[in-house]
Amino acid sequence: MKHLLSIADISRSEAITILDTAAELAKVSDTPMKKLPTLRGRTIVNLFAEDSTRTRISFEAAAKRLSADVINFSSKGSSLSKGESLKDTAQTLQAMGADAVIIRHGASGAPARLADCKWMSGAVINAGDGTHEHPSQALLDAFTIRKHLGQGRDDLDGLRIGIVGDVLHSRVARSNVLLLTKLGARVTLIAPPTLLPVGVDSWSVNISYDFDSVLDSLDVVMMLRVQLERMHELFFPNAREYSRYFGLNSARLKALHPGAIVMHPGPMNRGLEITADSADSARSVIVEQVSNGVSVRMAILYLLLAGDTSIEAGS
Amino acid sequence: MTQSVDAVLLKGGTLADGSVRDVLIRDGIIHSTSQAQTVDDVKVIDAEGLILLSGFVDLHTHLREPGREDSETVLSGSQAGVKGGYVALSAMANTSPVADTAGVVEQVYRLGKEAGLLDVFPIGAVTQGIEGKILAEIGAMADSVARVRVFSDDGNCVSDPLVMRRALEYVKKFGGVIAQHAQEPALTLGSQMNEGIVSATLGLKGWPAVAEEAIIARDVLLAEHVGSRLHICHLTTAGGVEIIRWAKARGINVTAEVTPHHLLLTDDVARSYDPIFKVNPPLRTSADVLALRSGLADGTIDIVATDHAPHPAESKDCEWQEAAFGMLGLEHALSIISQTMVETGLLSWAGVQNRMSIAPARIGGYADHGRGLEPGSPAHITVINPKAPYRVDRDNLASKSRNTPFHGMEFSAQVVATYFHGREVFSHGSFA
Repeated sequence: MKHLLSIADISRSEAITILDTAAELAKVSDTPMKKLPTLRGRTIVNLFAEDSTRTRISFEAAAKRLSADVINFSSKGSSLSKGESLKDTAQTLQAMGADAVIIRHGASGAPARLADCKWMSGAVINAGDGTHEHPSQALLDAFTIRKHLGQGRDDLDGLRIGIVGDVLHSRVARSNVLLLTKLGARVTLIAPPTLLPVGVDSWSVNISYDFDSVLDSLDVVMMLRVQLERMHELFFPNAREYSRYFGLNSARLKALHPGAIVMHPGPMNRGLEITADSADSARSVIVEQVSNGVSVRMAILYLLLAGDTSIEAGS
Repeated sequence: MTQSVDAVLLKGGTLADGSVRDVLIRDGIIHSTSQAQTVDDVKVIDAEGLILLSGFVDLHTHLREPGREDSETVLSGSQAGVKGGYVALSAMANTSPVADTAGVVEQVYRLGKEAGLLDVFPIGAVTQGIEGKILAEIGAMADSVARVRVFSDDGNCVSDPLVMRRALEYVKKFGGVIAQHAQEPALTLGSQMNEGIVSATLGLKGWPAVAEEAIIARDVLLAEHVGSRLHICHLTTAGGVEIIRWAKARGINVTAEVTPHHLLLTDDVARSYDPIFKVNPPLRTSADVLALRSGLADGTIDIVATDHAPHPAESKDCEWQEAAFGMLGLEHALSIISQTMVETGLLSWAGVQNRMSIAPARIGGYADHGRGLEPGSPAHITVINPKAPYRVDRDNLASKSRNTPFHGMEFSAQVVATYFHGREVFSHGSFA
């Protein structure tokens, strides 16, 4: 694995290796030092051409815990906002000796272009591209699910996972569908028909337009953020109607079976796709997703950049 | 520049009907075709094993001049044209400034004459600035030196039904035709590629087939209602082929074109996110490709048109959604038609001659073109070697741009020479 561009590019066993490595690395976060020397002297660039706080600081924390040097390059005040092309930016980063570029970009496929176009030679990690994929989010979601419901297995075989909301525009949903099904889970997409892509019937998932009818069959409810700008694009009549049919509220929370967990990739629109009491309930693992994110991203950086060295050798 | 010899004898070539003939060109005219002739004082060219067709006519070319001479000029586009076997190009109106006045179409026409390799017929804009709101000076362009007969806002759809109706009516005055770029704008806002299985996976905004088909359906009905002539540019969907078939059966005066790239490529190539494959209208599915091929074979689709769309490197060397739409077409069109239509048994060489020369000349009203190799006709001849395998190299193009999606592909047939008014304007890699 040279890059992490799409979940489609990694095998089931590679995914499990990432999750297992993350579990090992999570232990580092529990020690007072919180740091490994593994990537000392390596330069990692956070190239964020689109606003993001949590993913950027999560990757930054992960890189720093592995002792890498981190350069943050965000669109505001950078050359990307001055109209410099992605190609020129990539060549600049290459000239500065970046070993890896973590890229968040509004254009689907921008990380693939960086990786394929010989503009730079370092590893490319997709931190969310347009409406395509967000692989590290899916890996941290799988990690979180496995931790809670895995019962010691290394995969998610047989778990029933509902992904609810704006699948059409969600890179989180695309990566999760690929990864969770790869790990053996049965995924149901729950959304109004307007927010499912044409062509979704080719995915290995079930589709439901009726959240209530599937609630009691789910082990995991993964809520997706509804972008506020969709409100004006005729995908649904208004926010209240959306919440009524597809929001997670206390009544729906009660209808879940006892062991089920609630997830959200953040940032949440409290009161739209999820009510405050659902987000803050005992079933919610939303805050834990964030902390697991650091461990999973450490594992990704470690496996891409530290070569064959084992974790023990690194520490 | 011109051959010093006035007469040329193409010896032993195979004509569209399969007959082997010696073709004698004298004073730019096809003098005679017979089984074996010996003539004194002529330049004899061995055409054995080669196919001689009526010179190709492209009804849809972007020559970019005036305005974007960094990507193509009338001269470089003419060179790309004759290299592809073309003797007439139709220069689309979406230049800068737009070809919406007699002044601009006459400029393009004059540039074509100066280049002198083939005929450049300017297409006039339907509306001012191709903005779809106010009719351009259609009459003035028709009466200009360029004698424009084909009008198109290509790049944009004439989406307002009233504007389209008026345009169709107006060109009846001089037997003109409206060439529609069928794309309902409200259904394609920000669209990047065909809407379907591949776009769902790639997270690129979908471009539904219905956005094309809805406009085609509307416009054939408008053309019927006002009794005018409609041409549909670059058909891409199986549904569009069905609508055209229905309209023709109903007697509506509609013609349609398909591009080489839509006959060859599917939306699967977008998986690379390489915008070399980004084109408007988008590449569709394999079912659509098969429907287009059979539509071209049975005549539902009248012609092949290239939609040759040159772009500078930076317009393609970027993210998909930032990239420009369009791909080169002139230089490899025949090779692709041979591979997709002739080698598959769908079309004979006579069929190729019809779809690439006779029918487009008829639709465009280009009287000196598409007359076959009949004695007395202008000697416009495309010479093809059907068995000359080669690999496309984007560094070896006549076009000023390099945005060919066919780089690295192998084809077996190629154009080896082109005659324009009896003059060898292209032969084995070099221009006249």
